[in-house]
Amino acid sequence: MAAPRRPRLLPLLLLLALSLSLAAASAFQSDELLLHDDDEFEGAGARPTPGPPAPAAAAVSSSRRRPGDSSAAAAESSAVQFALEHDLGAGFVPAGSFSARLKSSAHGSQTLTKLRFTRNELIGDEKDAFKKLLDEDGFYSIRLLSNVLDPARKDYVVSSIKARCIPRESLDEHIVIHMDGVNILAVNYGSVGGCTYPRPVKMPSKWVFNSYTVLKTSEQAPRTPSFVDQLIEAENGPGEVVKPPEKSFWAKYWMYIIPLGLIVMNAVTAAANMPEEQAGGQGQPGAQRAPNAAPRRR
Amino acid sequence: MAPPRHLLLLLLLGFLAAASLAFTLTAAVYEDQVGLADWHQKYIGKVKQAVYHSQKSGRRRVVVLTEENVIASLDLRSGDIFWRHVIEKNDPVDELSLSLGKFVVVTLSSGGSILRAWNLPDGQMIWETNLQVSKSSKPLLHVLSNNKVAKDNLVFVLAGRWIYAVSSIDGVISWGKEFSLDGLDLKQIIQSPENDIVYAVGLAGSSKLNLYQLNAKTGETVKHIQESFPIALCGETILGSHNVLVALDETRSDLFLIELKGESISYNKVHISDLVQGLSGTVKLLPLMSNGVIALQASSTVSLLKLKGIDGLEVIQSFEQPAAVSDALTITEKDEAFAVVQHTGSEIEFVVKFTSDVTGEVIREKINIDQHRGNIQKVFLNNYIRTDKSHGFRALVVMEDHSLLLVQQGEVVWSREDGLASIVDVTTSELPIEKDGVSVANVEHNLFEWLKGHMLKLKGTLMLANADELAAIQAMRLKSSEKNKMTRDHNGFRKLLIVLTKAGKVIALHTGDGRIIWSNLLQSLRSSKSGEMPSALRICQWQVPHHRVMHENPSILIIGRSGADSAAPGVLSVLDSYSGEELNSLKLDHSVVQIIPLTVKDSSEHRLQLIVDSHSRAHLYPRSPDAMNVFLHEMPNTYLYTVDIETNVIRGHSLQKSCDNSDDEYCFSTKELWSIVFPSDTERIAISETRKMNEVVHAQAKIIADQDVMYKYLSKNLVFVATVSPKASGEIGSAAPEEAWLVAYLIDAVTGRILHRVTHHGAQGPVHAVVSENWVVYHYFNLRAHRFEMAVIEIYDQSRADNKDVMKLILGKHNLSAPITSYTRPEVMVKSQSYFFTFSVKAIAATQTAKGITSKQLLIGTIGDQVLALDKRFVDPRRSVNPTQQEKEEGIIPLTDALPIIPTSYLTHSLQVEALRGIVSIPSKLESTTLVFTYGVDLFYTQLAPSRTYDSLTDEFSYALLLITIAALVAAIVVTWIWSEKKELRDKWR
Repeated sequence: MAAPRRPRLLPLLLLLALSLSLAAASAFQSDELLLHDDDEFEGAGARPTPGPPAPAAAAVSSSRRRPGDSSAAAAESSAVQFALEHDLGAGFVPAGSFSARLKSSAHGSQTLTKLRFTRNELIGDEKDAFKKLLDEDGFYSIRLLSNVLDPARKDYVVSSIKARCIPRESLDEHIVIHMDGVNILAVNYGSVGGCTYPRPVKMPSKWVFNSYTVLKTSEQAPRTPSFVDQLIEAENGPGEVVKPPEKSFWAKYWMYIIPLGLIVMNAVTAAANMPEEQAGGQGQPGAQRAPNAAPRRR
Repeated sequence: MAPPRHLLLLLLLGFLAAASLAFTLTAAVYEDQVGLADWHQKYIGKVKQAVYHSQKSGRRRVVVLTEENVIASLDLRSGDIFWRHVIEKNDPVDELSLSLGKFVVVTLSSGGSILRAWNLPDGQMIWETNLQVSKSSKPLLHVLSNNKVAKDNLVFVLAGRWIYAVSSIDGVISWGKEFSLDGLDLKQIIQSPENDIVYAVGLAGSSKLNLYQLNAKTGETVKHIQESFPIALCGETILGSHNVLVALDETRSDLFLIELKGESISYNKVHISDLVQGLSGTVKLLPLMSNGVIALQASSTVSLLKLKGIDGLEVIQSFEQPAAVSDALTITEKDEAFAVVQHTGSEIEFVVKFTSDVTGEVIREKINIDQHRGNIQKVFLNNYIRTDKSHGFRALVVMEDHSLLLVQQGEVVWSREDGLASIVDVTTSELPIEKDGVSVANVEHNLFEWLKGHMLKLKGTLMLANADELAAIQAMRLKSSEKNKMTRDHNGFRKLLIVLTKAGKVIALHTGDGRIIWSNLLQSLRSSKSGEMPSALRICQWQVPHHRVMHENPSILIIGRSGADSAAPGVLSVLDSYSGEELNSLKLDHSVVQIIPLTVKDSSEHRLQLIVDSHSRAHLYPRSPDAMNVFLHEMPNTYLYTVDIETNVIRGHSLQKSCDNSDDEYCFSTKELWSIVFPSDTERIAISETRKMNEVVHAQAKIIADQDVMYKYLSKNLVFVATVSPKASGEIGSAAPEEAWLVAYLIDAVTGRILHRVTHHGAQGPVHAVVSENWVVYHYFNLRAHRFEMAVIEIYDQSRADNKDVMKLILGKHNLSAPITSYTRPEVMVKSQSYFFTFSVKAIAATQTAKGITSKQLLIGTIGDQVLALDKRFVDPRRSVNPTQQEKEEGIIPLTDALPIIPTSYLTHSLQVEALRGIVSIPSKLESTTLVFTYGVDLFYTQLAPSRTYDSLTDEFSYALLLITIAALVAAIVVTWIWSEKKELRDKWR
């Protein structure tokens, strides 16, 4: 699919392509999802998150792209195409192509935007090679040129996955491209679902690649918080000393009160015993005691 | 009569109070605790130059310059350090000389551009002078010795085309001169004995000899003579006598004898092969600096030649290598002495000769030297006046293992194990288990010693011992004290620290007091006769006996290269950890680029090792079918990655069955799985760091304040990589904040997936980082804030985040026990924060404990060569300005912009580990405690309890108080029991 020259035509074409793909999935081999982490590329927060219903998401993003396009058209831009190559065990061969727009900003830096991906269909031999990979639990590798503007440098970023991770209903792949300006730093190729160790052989029902691509750029680290201003303010201020919250009486003195209470209780019981002892020991005749004492004397 | 219950209660209270007092623990070390659990050893490194104090100064001292860039003054009687300066690595000291008799030592550093004078008695710097010089292969320092001229004690510095005369009193440049001749490299300065003239000799190009006659006081060029040679010279020249220069030609097969007369230069060519037969290898001139005698070094011999004007040379004597010749030492006004040391069997022979009578010998002594010191490399001669007024000689000898010995009267007076100043790698080994029936006394001393020891102790207890005996008792107590035993202890504090030094020597140190248990200079890592310098690379565990092979000693593997080049074939050596004996040694037929210790072991408990060569092929060791079987099972799940700093690429590989063009079945080829190419115009790899393989993590999850659970992303394959912009890869301040940035990456090493990537604008290196559990802490410089910063990244696993429902956990509807694979796309959450930090950092490590329960501390090697322990809670990304009550309970510290430096949390307290290079944390068996070993030029070892010793009583715990309390309680019970019995009896009688 050639990149359209006029940006206004792009959404229309895209819609057309998508509707075609919905109508006859076997005729058109690739679903695509355009996702972009770039801030300048329309409202990033409003974008839908990547999910399996690819055509719908793509349709949404394409319809929403219109205002972004007009602003992008103001800046100088040109189309770039670069190939995705894959290795089915016999060396790297082209397997698809990316097309993107190169955008130059005012201060000379260039970025790639509007990345679109077209996957080639697996032809007979390749299908067999892929089956062989599945059988022997081999690696399926892809690679991209790291510098798309200067293909002569031949620096490739490579990524691989065990071939058995890919097949689900169709061949589901998830490609994350890490960008730094126009340079592709790395590509992470992965499956959509999980892929835990005992990987059973599973043939896909449809030999069609279902691709999700994500473009990622670097995050900015937040600035280190600086409290110098506050400190100066505090020093110049009236010198308010923050008082520690007043503790309750019990919280402050419990460690004294409990032993004291114990001692007092002990003393009380002892004091209560004392008169008894004295009473018993000295044998003083008392009104209450008399009946008790009387039988003993007898 | 007092009621007994009151007494009981009071006693109980007293006991509680005493116990609470005893449990009040401290974080820092008290002054009297220094040295109880820690030790510190000072070293200087391999000596490359030594100057003695003059005879008259009375003090017996020597000033040495070492390859570790240390200037030190040593006591000649004991080898102790009087003072020492460790100069920074980027300011290499080239030359050392004594000036002003006995007061000043002058050093020349940084390619001849910095001249410093140090006060001899105390090592204070007196002055420093910066000189503007051109690039020079070897700057020279010359101190005018003639007192007639040297009223102002001039020091000459020669570097490239420049010559300077500097006053040694105050460092003022009295004159400086740049010769305009292109490509001139000044080689020698010769002092005229009569007048104020100095001659400067230089080579321009490779064949033009230039002689400049200069006025020593003003620097005026009196005369300039140039002489062309028919053959190119290699640039090696020495002064044969006061006016004859000896130079080697480019092919190192001819000698030029050049006579410098006042007006002209005349020369004569001598074939070396005519003089000495059977020379092989590279010929070198040894700087003997004596009158009329020169020394020629070839690979197999050292020859002494006598100069006969410029007419020719005469061989006096040849010595078999290894041998060393000292500089000449002026004895009387006319006579000079020099020493030759050579090996004869297991001994070394120390011969002193006078230059006036080179065939005779003043001294010939045989000295016994420890076999594990290797060959002799350098000798520095010194003389003294004997009691009978004759000349005595002693010498400092530098051995192959970098140790320094003083030999005198046929004996080794003292020795310093200075190889320990250049440690390459460290590992630990457990000590043998204490066996029943074999007492420690049996191991450590024989019966007589034992009896003597007991007699001494008896004397000590009866107060009959004198001061010396008391000291001996103290030493014995220390030796047999609990911490210095040669057996395994219950807490795992006693271990062997096995270190590999640059010289290829393996030394085992006891953690108790740092003494050397054994040492072994590895044959395979010693320099061969062909002049190749092998390099020691790594030391790792080879066999750690476990249940099945308990009777065997553990062993360690030492990996090295047989040359300095990274493509040189590797060498392996296996040593017994208890005795240091070499069990096996192997020369590899491939190079060593990367060493990967695998986690699996074969049936004889050998740890499997993968060694990757320069053709990215992996080789399995040990080479046994058993190991092969174990490995083949693991091979599909073995991945490796390489960081190529030069091309800015990180690559991941998997292993394939066998090598392509080799029938070696232990060799595996690799297949590239992934690569990350950093654009070289914007990023350059500064550092890559991984988790320690043996790290243990206790808790998989972290419970945060609101009873929520966060699961740590605990992958052993996590790699932290930091890149800086090319402009900012230089020194701090070389780049503007706009053109400097630092990008931090977290990468999964199996799939090459970039888990997190963050850019710090205006930041630059040097970057230091430590990875542990699920976090990374890295240190860099913030150009905008003009301060150093420490940033933390914590990574959490989101895919397991919904396992919070207790019902789900009970019913088993959770994915906590599901296997984790790198091939599944991880959902991670990252929290990060950065803080200002005052110091620049030399090394960072994290504490490691046996079970990973104890909270972590960061061990930071500061610029002041100290180790600071910083609690990990201070670099928590979840710190906030006003933490809630719940967060406070969790232990979150309110957010501050800078990390606090608490003076009491320096592990090294008042000591310094000069030129600190590495910090190693070793878990002990006691969960609360970790052992920390720090190395640089010095060594330091201590025990650290990051969360205090919660699982054992401290040393200060008062057992006496506890016993007294118990005894008092028992007594009280008995007394009250008697009381109550009596009372009951009385009641019954009533």
